[in-house]
Amino acid sequence: MSPILSVRNLSRNFGAIKAVENVSFDLAKGELLALIGPNGAGKSTCFNMLMGQLKPSSGTVQLLGKNIAGMQPRKIWRMGVGRTFQITATYASMTVVENVQMALISHHRRLYSLTTFAHKLYREEALALLDTVGMVDQAERHCAVLAYGDLKRLELAVALAHDPILLLMDEPTAGMAPRERIALMQLTADILDAKGISVLFTEHDMDVVFAHAHRIMVLNRGQLIANGTVDEIRNNPQVQEVYLGGGTLFKAQEDAHA
Amino acid sequence: MGLFIAQILTGLANAGALFMVASGLSLIFGVTRVVNFAHGSFYMLGAYVGYSLMQVLPGMVGFWGAILLAGIIVGLIGVIVEICVLRPVYSAPELFQLVATFGVILVIQDLALMIWGPQDLLGPRAPGLKGVIRIMGEPVPQYDIALIVITPFVAFGLWYLITKTRVGTLVRAATQDREMVSALGVNQAWLFTGVFFLGCALAGLGGALQLPKGGADLLMDFTILGSVFVVVVIGGMGSLPGAYLAAVIISVLNVFGVTYAPQSTLVLMFVVMVIVLMFRPFGLLGKEEIAGEHGQVGEPERPIKPAGNRVRWLVAAGLLILGLLPFYSGNFAVVLVTDIMIFCLFAASLHFMLGQGGLVSFGHAAFFGGGAYAAALFVTYANTPMELALVLAPICAGLAAIVIGWVCLRSTGVYFAMLTLAFGQLLWSLAFQWGDVTGGDDGLVNIWPSDWASDNDIYYYLAFVLCIGGILLLRQAAHAPFGYAMRAARDSARQAEAMGINTKRIQWVAFTFAGIMAGLAGGLFVFSKGSIFPNELETARSFDALIVVFLGGVKTLSGGWVGAAFFEGIKDYLTRFEYWRLALGLSIIIVVILGPEGIVGSLRKAGERFGILKVPEDAK
Amino acid sequence: MNRNTFLKTLVGAAALSVTGLAALAQSGEPIKVGEINHYKRMAAFAEPYKQGIELRLEEINAAGGVLDRPLEFIFRDDQGDPGEAIKIAEELMTSEGAVMLTGTILSNVGLAISSVAAEKQWVYLAAEPLADALTWSQGNPWTFRLRTSTYMQAAMLAEQAAKTDAMKYATIAPNYAYGKDAVAAFKEVLTELKPGVEFVGEQWPALFKIDAGAEVQALERSKPDAIYNVTFGPDLAKFVREGTTRGLFDGRTVYGLLSGEPEYMEPLADEAPEGWVVTGYPWYDFTEEDGANKTFVDAYQARFNETPKLGSLVGYMTAATVAAAIQKAGSTDGDAIRQAFEGLGVATPVGDITFREIDNQATMGAFVGTTALKDGAGVMTDWTYLDGADYLPSDEEVAKLRPAE
Repeated sequence: MSPILSVRNLSRNFGAIKAVENVSFDLAKGELLALIGPNGAGKSTCFNMLMGQLKPSSGTVQLLGKNIAGMQPRKIWRMGVGRTFQITATYASMTVVENVQMALISHHRRLYSLTTFAHKLYREEALALLDTVGMVDQAERHCAVLAYGDLKRLELAVALAHDPILLLMDEPTAGMAPRERIALMQLTADILDAKGISVLFTEHDMDVVFAHAHRIMVLNRGQLIANGTVDEIRNNPQVQEVYLGGGTLFKAQEDAHA
Repeated sequence: MGLFIAQILTGLANAGALFMVASGLSLIFGVTRVVNFAHGSFYMLGAYVGYSLMQVLPGMVGFWGAILLAGIIVGLIGVIVEICVLRPVYSAPELFQLVATFGVILVIQDLALMIWGPQDLLGPRAPGLKGVIRIMGEPVPQYDIALIVITPFVAFGLWYLITKTRVGTLVRAATQDREMVSALGVNQAWLFTGVFFLGCALAGLGGALQLPKGGADLLMDFTILGSVFVVVVIGGMGSLPGAYLAAVIISVLNVFGVTYAPQSTLVLMFVVMVIVLMFRPFGLLGKEEIAGEHGQVGEPERPIKPAGNRVRWLVAAGLLILGLLPFYSGNFAVVLVTDIMIFCLFAASLHFMLGQGGLVSFGHAAFFGGGAYAAALFVTYANTPMELALVLAPICAGLAAIVIGWVCLRSTGVYFAMLTLAFGQLLWSLAFQWGDVTGGDDGLVNIWPSDWASDNDIYYYLAFVLCIGGILLLRQAAHAPFGYAMRAARDSARQAEAMGINTKRIQWVAFTFAGIMAGLAGGLFVFSKGSIFPNELETARSFDALIVVFLGGVKTLSGGWVGAAFFEGIKDYLTRFEYWRLALGLSIIIVVILGPEGIVGSLRKAGERFGILKVPEDAK
Repeated sequence: MNRNTFLKTLVGAAALSVTGLAALAQSGEPIKVGEINHYKRMAAFAEPYKQGIELRLEEINAAGGVLDRPLEFIFRDDQGDPGEAIKIAEELMTSEGAVMLTGTILSNVGLAISSVAAEKQWVYLAAEPLADALTWSQGNPWTFRLRTSTYMQAAMLAEQAAKTDAMKYATIAPNYAYGKDAVAAFKEVLTELKPGVEFVGEQWPALFKIDAGAEVQALERSKPDAIYNVTFGPDLAKFVREGTTRGLFDGRTVYGLLSGEPEYMEPLADEAPEGWVVTGYPWYDFTEEDGANKTFVDAYQARFNETPKLGSLVGYMTAATVAAAIQKAGSTDGDAIRQAFEGLGVATPVGDITFREIDNQATMGAFVGTTALKDGAGVMTDWTYLDGADYLPSDEEVAKLRPAE
């Protein structure tokens, strides 16, 4: 079966600095792939290129065989890629359900409609999505007053609104309490599993990564140094070297247990 | 060659006062994020105070002492204004403070008139610097040389203060991150006050320094304001070296403009600004503005809901009362309310893009006046009947908005606002300068409604239908997916883009839609007045609309038209009295302090407190 | 009045509406005239004008009023905004009971009121606006203009200029309609009187935003024999100072439109330019020989304890004109007043003037003289009063300029 996402020789320079260098990997349907690495390894640059925020210096990113490298974020979204942000991005002036409705309105290309009431559009679908993330009882709340964990769950519901085939999640559990992290990631994994959506995510919390990722890629100084199953990565000497030698020692893991 | 050097020197001398006023504005904005409209008024006060001091203090020491003292006194006046007027409203939505500073302008204008009288005062000449020196045969006034020398000293002093002292470090820190400063244990309130003192003192110094080259008059506050904004924006908001560079560029270019293209005097600096911002969207030395600032300060904006039944009945009743107006009131009330309704539509159109889209425009009059001019030109040159002209007015305004929006939306925030201001000014000068077609400032006259609508009452109904219809349409648009998309683009452009929303295009369409509605208001305006003059395109007209939108309440749906009705009503009443500007200015300041959420927002709060309105769950 | 009185105290300000005390003594309802002006925006010009009106009103009412009724002006501020002025005009005519309108200094506001006056058939006496368009290209049967127009004053100066042997002229005028009209008229008349004159430079500073140093350099660069100046107010002050400092005026005659009016001359004090040929108002020079001129100046100074400006004279003449028109009409009916204005003769301090039937322009003239310094103040010397009637184009030309009635 051909991969959902196929990345070849992806590179990005900032002047003389090679932030990402010749990164290549595949992502299979239904796969939960983690991208990890120490701070400054190039994870964010890599992610931003996949999501369209940054133009790659060279290389290709193929989504179902179509090159999306250098496309604008909104076009990538329209091709069935959803995303969540490291720092949540929601519409503070709307209610929870309206945030989801917004994504549905965009998906159904009704953005320029003037004659309908937005709050009536796709409300049932939006509530159903909120139900899947356990937010339906907060549907009418003002987004600006939500707890951070709830915002994360809302963002997940939003990202699912257009039935994506691929979800890009930038540190999905960043800024959350340890217990919440596990719960949220479990929820995410279950939903994605049920819907058969492929996921690429970055994460600092190694517990989360080891617990949920099907496969792990390790990025160091812009280069992929390992790509394998959880056990392979755990026992990879090069990876240990990077984390141990760099003195960070699975930093996030420590944070999580601190 | 001699002339060339002399011209450069003239430009450098002119840059002096401009730089001081601009650097003060830039400092204040950088630290407090207040766009101080009243900055020109402090410049004017500097000139008046300096003039008075020079009458008392004799000789050369007296002259320079007067200039310094004028700076300090104006700085202290600035402190009073900051403490009394601005401090209570820092937590209000971004840019709300500019309404307060607008009130300050009015108050200072009338106070200056009371104290110094209406006559222009000719500034005293600098003792010992009355003559000229010859440079390659060209006369250069000695005082020009003095200015050329003094300005870099002031600039250097400022630079030293900002980069080398602890105070400066705090100021710079505050410019980048306000929260950090309070985290450092610095009393932010006094830092703001201090910066205000410095900024206003610079403006006062500028005003006093230019006395020997001009004088003091009651119009100089507005005269300098435009150029100062241009300098600050070209230089980059918050950048002192940028302000100096821009002041020199603008002044020197202006001197050459005067010589080689004498007719260019009205637009030159705005053209320069547009060009600079096209290539450097944050000015020559400015830093990129931090995105997503809108809505950070103050209470978060609430979700909107279509009106409930009770409110709908209220609105219907109100409209009925308004609709029957010609039956129970005199002719003048009909005329006045026609005026007010037209202004309400204009304000509502600005409020739509500002409130829903977060697009602060300083040049919305371009579309109001543009629509009015379009209608007037069609009537004058093509004998177009009123009915058709009223259709063409919004269309032409919309076309203008498409072009202008395309350019302006390349920038964001204050730079976007300044680009709209520049285009407003360009359209104005087009109408002003192109006398053969537009009649220049003699305008276009005899643009009257068709016979059937020439009666005031009939025209009232025409305006009633179109204005109320327009306002309701804007309101509907806010509730429609399009309005939601605008808010999405404003709240989080990042998320919106990642959600398939072309935020720039949404904003472009919103800008155009607002332009169309303003154009409709302009079309109605021209037929109600029978004439049109360039002042309907002026920046002052844009500010009128901006002020009422903030006054009414940005974070509400009805703020635009409510603010407009309130402002027009109270102005109509107050202008009957001699010191109406003082009264109007004070009223504005009081409203601003008592209701930092605007009239509608504050009324809503009050209604909720007294149980008249239902409090939403999350606002408790 | 009650509401006004109350707020007067409240705001600590005097209400603009005025009722001559003498009026109370007379029988009959007062005849009201709506006076719209830029009392705030152009306070330095509007205040003397208002006082001139008040002085004449007091005299008229003391002498029994008009048609045995007191005459009253309602003063309203339009902020210099044409749209606002139209709204006020509407209020004055339809709910305040005014019988006609007067006022404005700014030409565009004057044109706006003139347009609405024609549409609604209200009589409008444009007191001070100078624009030629008011009586010519945009003229209408309901609008009359009192003051000497731009064309007339420019023609007077051009006539003076034609007498000299200067051939190369440079002009400087504010960049707006008045400035352009003034330069065009001067060029037209001067070229006609003295073919062969050359205009070597034209400067157009933005109104009240003059960059005087640069303008002076630019004028110097064109090396003219003489200069025609139309700038006024703060622009004039800056221009004069820079020009004097840089020696622009040395050996050149300057023709200054309105420059001799006290409004512009007084702020210059001892820096007033010398030797300029200007139009203005030499009130300080009037002697008993000047008759009514002297009487007016004395009365004005006695009443207000300040010296008159040109605006004072225009205000005084405005009230006199209104009274004469209503008296002649014999009623306060709009159309009757309009008809009375046609060919109306009014006795004024500067002599008898007539409102021409052909273009509704009054024949008020102007004082032309040469500036000099006297006791630390700029004055006009060798002045003469030129009758406006002599400085208007021929009737055929005027008929062509004016839209058919």
